[in-house]
Amino acid sequence: MTDEGLDRDTVMADYSKLKVGVLALQGDFKRHTHQLGQLGSRTLEVRTASHLEEIDGLIIPGGESTTMDILIDRFRLRQPLIEFCQIKPVWGTCAGMIMLAKNIEDNQANVSPLGLMDIDVVRTGYGRQVHSFEQLLMTKLNGEDITLRATFIRAPMITRVGKSVQILIEYNGSPVLVSEGLIMASSFHTELDNDTTLLEFFMGRFLLSQK
Amino acid sequence: MKRLEDKKHKVKIGLAEMLKGGVIMDVISAEQARIAENCGAVAVMALERVPSDIRADGGVARMADPDIIEEIKKAVTIPVMAKCRIGHISEAQVLESLEVDFIDESEVLTPADYKHHVDKWAFNVPFVCGCRNLGEALRRISEGAAMIRTKGEAGTGDVSHAVRHLREINTAMKSLTVTPEEELYTVAKDFQVSIDLVRIVAKEGKLPVPNFAAGGIATPADAALCMQLGAEAVFVGSGIFKSDNPEKRGKAIVTATTNFQDPSMIADCSRGLGDAMKGIQAEDIPEEELLQTR
Repeated sequence: MTDEGLDRDTVMADYSKLKVGVLALQGDFKRHTHQLGQLGSRTLEVRTASHLEEIDGLIIPGGESTTMDILIDRFRLRQPLIEFCQIKPVWGTCAGMIMLAKNIEDNQANVSPLGLMDIDVVRTGYGRQVHSFEQLLMTKLNGEDITLRATFIRAPMITRVGKSVQILIEYNGSPVLVSEGLIMASSFHTELDNDTTLLEFFMGRFLLSQK
Repeated sequence: MKRLEDKKHKVKIGLAEMLKGGVIMDVISAEQARIAENCGAVAVMALERVPSDIRADGGVARMADPDIIEEIKKAVTIPVMAKCRIGHISEAQVLESLEVDFIDESEVLTPADYKHHVDKWAFNVPFVCGCRNLGEALRRISEGAAMIRTKGEAGTGDVSHAVRHLREINTAMKSLTVTPEEELYTVAKDFQVSIDLVRIVAKEGKLPVPNFAAGGIATPADAALCMQLGAEAVFVGSGIFKSDNPEKRGKAIVTATTNFQDPSMIADCSRGLGDAMKGIQAEDIPEEELLQTR
């Protein structure tokens, strides 16, 4: 991944030529399509393989990874998703990150991740719901100091990152935002607040630079 | 309603957001919980008896045995919910100490307090509460509920009351969006909630927490109907494990919930499911035996 596109003035970015899909099998996909709409991007709720042919990039939202795993097979999306993610930008949040991982450590429910990113995760690594939390994350993205209002909901923890994985943000000694090639993954949610900072980063770095 | 913006409350609503588009299934054992998870349920509700048995058996229905809840928690990786009696602060505290992921302060169990609900702001675990109309929904939200569901009439397999409650809430919300400001004060007074909360609904045209359907859902088409009427996810109680083929029916209800706008998909998944739960017509139940009036 080069830094091409990083210097773009995101305030002036024109997202209207992009069509970004959100995997809509289950979860908070409407929060993502809403935010994409706010930025002026076209969106599509992705439920079939043919939907993938229409979009420039994909967000795999939060939800239940066990459910998503089952529905990905039930609706014959596994191979099309893998092929899509090998050539187009994708961002997985929370359950979406679990689906992108190479390996799930606590794999009691036999979820088969798509295995597209060289990371290992522990599901609900930050604890059950009573331990869910909101945390301000201060970091530098695009050379700018930014603050993200991050919500960790029964969040997965990244326990290993491969050599080709770039750690973008760490929290309490664990990576929480990582990228590899055209893939970005986060343990946390930013779409629960009206904060499009991270979405704009994803769009600028991975999508506009592709166009 | 500044409390709705609290960090703690937003984290509670966050889990409800993640359950959207999914099916939450009632289970009474670890084995049933595993079947539910394999069907694609987004969460299970741990119970001692499903609502249709509670209705048939009579007597006092209480929180489940902690052993059952622990076994179910161990059996699955999806969130585990459990029910406490209305107003039963101690049962709610016990469930929080067991680290269930959501508490349903439920009319399906025998109420412990006929006057007061649990102060749900005092908890770290999120609560879901049932309602029949907008006033009831907003009172529960005022008390700190992070999710609202329709009451319907549990344990009947008759979806008509869930439909009535969904429609009633939708109509009331729509009408609030065109209600003049001076009349909102009267609405707040009638609903017995703060004017601030009424203003939020009047402005947004929707509840400030996710709105799910429950009560009498027994078929894939029932689930799709509730979704079409604006429910953001569905609870299925007796409808699955009181049917001929729970696994097949459970899967079909999940498929129909995801694809509620696709009738041919719902037709496909509705084939050969065997008998649905027999059920009873909710209209035939005498007023004093209705669970929803609790």
